[in-house]
Amino acid sequence: MTDQTPFVEIRHAQKSYGDLEVLKDISLTVQRGEIVAIIGPSGSGKSTLLRAINDLDPLTGGEILLEGVQVNKTLPHRQYEKHINAMRQQIGMVFQHFNLFPHLNVRDNVTMAPKLLKGISSKEADKLAEEQLNHVGMLERIDYYPSQLSGGQKQRVAIARALAMQPKLMLFDEATSALDPELVEEVNLVMKKLAEEHMTMIIVTHEMDFAASVCDRVLFMDQGVVVEEGPPEKIFKNPDMDRTKEFLRKHLAGSK
Amino acid sequence: MGLDFSVVPSFADALLIGVLWTIAITVCAALLSFFGGILFAVIALYAPWFLRLPFRFFAWLFMGTPLLLQLFLIYFGLVELGIDLPAFVAGVIGLGLHFAVYNSELIQTAIVAVDKGQMEAARTLGLSRPQALIRVVIPQAVRDVIPPIGNNMIALLKDSALVSVIGVSELTLSAQLAIGRTYRPFEFYAAAAVLYYIINLGMEAVLRRIERRTQLSR
Ligand SMILES: Nc1ncnc2c1ncn2[C@@H]1O[C@H](COP(=O)(O)OP(=O)(O)O)[C@@H](O)[C@H]1O
Ligand SMILES: [Mg+2]
Repeated sequence: MTDQTPFVEIRHAQKSYGDLEVLKDISLTVQRGEIVAIIGPSGSGKSTLLRAINDLDPLTGGEILLEGVQVNKTLPHRQYEKHINAMRQQIGMVFQHFNLFPHLNVRDNVTMAPKLLKGISSKEADKLAEEQLNHVGMLERIDYYPSQLSGGQKQRVAIARALAMQPKLMLFDEATSALDPELVEEVNLVMKKLAEEHMTMIIVTHEMDFAASVCDRVLFMDQGVVVEEGPPEKIFKNPDMDRTKEFLRKHLAGSK
Repeated sequence: MGLDFSVVPSFADALLIGVLWTIAITVCAALLSFFGGILFAVIALYAPWFLRLPFRFFAWLFMGTPLLLQLFLIYFGLVELGIDLPAFVAGVIGLGLHFAVYNSELIQTAIVAVDKGQMEAARTLGLSRPQALIRVVIPQAVRDVIPPIGNNMIALLKDSALVSVIGVSELTLSAQLAIGRTYRPFEFYAAAAVLYYIINLGMEAVLRRIERRTQLSR
């Protein structure tokens, strides 16, 4: 990787479901350590774009590159599986509905993938679980099952689970949208902590205050295109585009 | 002529041995039907057509024909092909595969019903599809069908009486042998019924324990 190679590069991303074009020629680069927020109305393609980055929702056109390596390569099935599993180990993802494994306790949720994929011993795995859970303030709940946790606690465990694979990049898809308002802050604090540690993050969010305080850059998406992007001060205080102004006005009216 | 249960205790040993054989064949067939059920479910859902089609035929055979006939076929029929199984083994295979097919139907439905987010979360961590199925999806599917699988296992216990016809000296056959010696069918069939019922209670207790253990993991 040369200095010019962007950390994450999205080139002409295009995605259609039948006749419905959900992503329309989106290009975007993210530098190492950068924190990018994606905002926009529901149905604008934010999740689709995020999920294209680890090829969970494969693009119908365009390329995704991580450190210059194409993620969405076209390969024979078995080679593709090997390639994509290796790429995904480097890309952590956090979902709106947590998707913790309910049949495993917190410790095993965190250690299953590293044990299976990195061949670490049980002892190393225990140490890893303790470290990662301590990091998100969930160490005391290490032997609990997900069904015994609040939404905020579940999401913190889900973040620890992703971090346990030591990803280079973290993707968050409305990580706090399913939470009761009083539980949002504990998750935001964990994400802020990651930001301070210079984790590269792409964050789809509805929380403008959070985006403004944590992110280096904000993208406003609407109807499958990036309408406008820039530093949070610019996008939130003084956007150029009418669609951005409109969205922010409606959004602020809605959330007050 | 009145009933006389006083003849029963003198056959207590024979009946007890019958109980042990019934438990042995039930436990072995139950394990086969459980793991076989998981395997069949995976074949039915994910195997390529050249495995899936023969499997469909096999499932149809086991669901559409009498268990008794299947036992005859396995025990007596296979001898013609040079496969001479001991009666106990033939009984375990017949009962086990028969109920494996029924368990597989339950498990297939449950696998499909597991939240799609579970597979996604596992794949996102870098697990392969087979790894995600084995570690994440199938355990949850099996957990979800423990109660109906338990019902199948109770049915299996009761159907284990059928293996008496191929000469496994389980409880029903033991009772029949005692009747042959004493001409007291009511007493010994009733005694066998009570013993089946007791085994049944034991099985239900075990199943309830397993269900309770999986409570937290939902
Ligand atoms: N599997 C799918 N099949 C068809 N349309 C889909 C599918 N997934 C998403 N869409 C459509 O794609 C558009 C963008 O969806 P999404 O990326 O989830 O938006 P956002 O996350 O911004 O709310 C929506 O119109 C949605 O209905
Ligand atoms: Mg979305």
